[in-house]
Amino acid sequence: MESTFLPAVLWLAILGGSFGAVLAWASQRFAVEEDPRVEEVLEMLPGVNCGGCGCPGCREFALAVVEGKTTPGACVAGNSEMVLKICSLLGLKAEDQLPMVAVVHCQGEKKKAPELFDYDGIEDCRAAVVLAEGPKGCSYGCLGLGSCTEACPFGAITMGENGLPVVDDNLCTGCGVCVIVCPKGIIELIPKEQKIYLGCSSHDRGRKVKQVCTVGCIGCGICVKVTSGEGIRMEDNLPAIDYREGPNLVVAVHKCPQDCFVDKVKVRAKMTIGTDCDGCEQCKELCPMGAIEGKPGERHRVIREKCVGCGICVLPCPQKAIFTMGAVGYVKD
Amino acid sequence: MHQLFVIFVAAVLVNNFVLVRFLGICPFLGVSKRIETALGMGVAVIFVMTLASVGTHLVYSFILVPYNLQILEYVAFILVIASLVQFVETILRKMTPALYQALGIYLPLITTNCAILGLALLNVIKGYNLLQCLIFAIGAGVGFTIALVIMAGIRERLEFSDIPQSLRGVPIALIVAGILSMAFLGFSGLVKL
Repeated sequence: MESTFLPAVLWLAILGGSFGAVLAWASQRFAVEEDPRVEEVLEMLPGVNCGGCGCPGCREFALAVVEGKTTPGACVAGNSEMVLKICSLLGLKAEDQLPMVAVVHCQGEKKKAPELFDYDGIEDCRAAVVLAEGPKGCSYGCLGLGSCTEACPFGAITMGENGLPVVDDNLCTGCGVCVIVCPKGIIELIPKEQKIYLGCSSHDRGRKVKQVCTVGCIGCGICVKVTSGEGIRMEDNLPAIDYREGPNLVVAVHKCPQDCFVDKVKVRAKMTIGTDCDGCEQCKELCPMGAIEGKPGERHRVIREKCVGCGICVLPCPQKAIFTMGAVGYVKD
Repeated sequence: MHQLFVIFVAAVLVNNFVLVRFLGICPFLGVSKRIETALGMGVAVIFVMTLASVGTHLVYSFILVPYNLQILEYVAFILVIASLVQFVETILRKMTPALYQALGIYLPLITTNCAILGLALLNVIKGYNLLQCLIFAIGAGVGFTIALVIMAGIRERLEFSDIPQSLRGVPIALIVAGILSMAFLGFSGLVKL
């Protein structure tokens, strides 16, 4: 026993030591120059190697992000904070990484936008559209046969009772499959934060729209006027809205003569003017709904029946006297 | 020459590492979903087995035997194999990035694979010399690759076949492995060692 103990320890130490030395030397000698940002991005990633992004692991994903082959938002496990951090590190535009959800730009259920004929073919929008652009009177409208609900890989789109697809914001990942599937091209991805969207896609003139739909956009342009044109402009008889710019569309919802806009927030908080108000009248002039009354120099008052909670008056108030009272709420349909 | 050939054939078919000796079952089931990855893994195993076989043989005959330290063979072999794989990985990464891309992900998987250690220990048990070790290692690697590719081919087709619900996935893979193993028993007696 004694004869082997010492040499055993000795030789194992020598073997381990020499191998270690060789490895250390090799790692120095054969070091591969790597983009240092890969390591930094890797540290920001969750590091669980879940593979949800389609890469074998977090390291490969970090490499792909640095090389610009994918976006940080492709990471399924990471939160938006992580995405923003990576974006700022790599100098990417963070707004490109906003969480998106699908919305359907049509409110024309069968009662409001009647069909011209009974379609009795394959239950699929893509099949129906081949037949005279589908049975719907409005050639832009949703056919309601549910190709998008079938296509959605996350089960986020269901058919509502009114025969139009309903997107569940909590399930929608913004993958965009439905956008491609819809033959009418009326599904769009908009930022999740943008709660108001246009519920019509018709480029027809007002007269024709009114013949085929009661909630169709007639291209009057009132929405552009009342929102002072930020991120919204008229284009071919339909407001073209840049949802990424986050335009304030609350007033447009209420001013639209055709009720074309859809507000996901069913109850918006009304404004209240506090005792700090010195009656400068700025808010009164600004309010697009005419919901503020009061005499110059006196505390003003919000007419709650008229206020729609757009919040346009809040920031300009020099006294910071305007605030919201009441909850912002969603009502389940 | 004849003996070397016999060693090779025996390692590939008769005493196939996976299907007859039941070594390296983990990658056999893990990396056998697609023929492409199975081939990649197989090539990596041939590569590492050849290196490890020679390396461990040198350490065994020049350090362990002269100092009467055969009891250290397990720990010393693992040390040699792990270091060797790490070393090769580092060099490959620098010298041939393309090969590293192809083998890279498999190399660390193989480091602690029992098939490699089993090979090194079998070398000792059989008392092979350096050349025989080399041939035996290549044979073992080729045998491993064949088993893996056959398995991957079968599993690719299984994807499309109508398998009872309860047998889908791993159960059917294990059954297939068992049948394959029995089939390889047919080679016994092909050569005598």
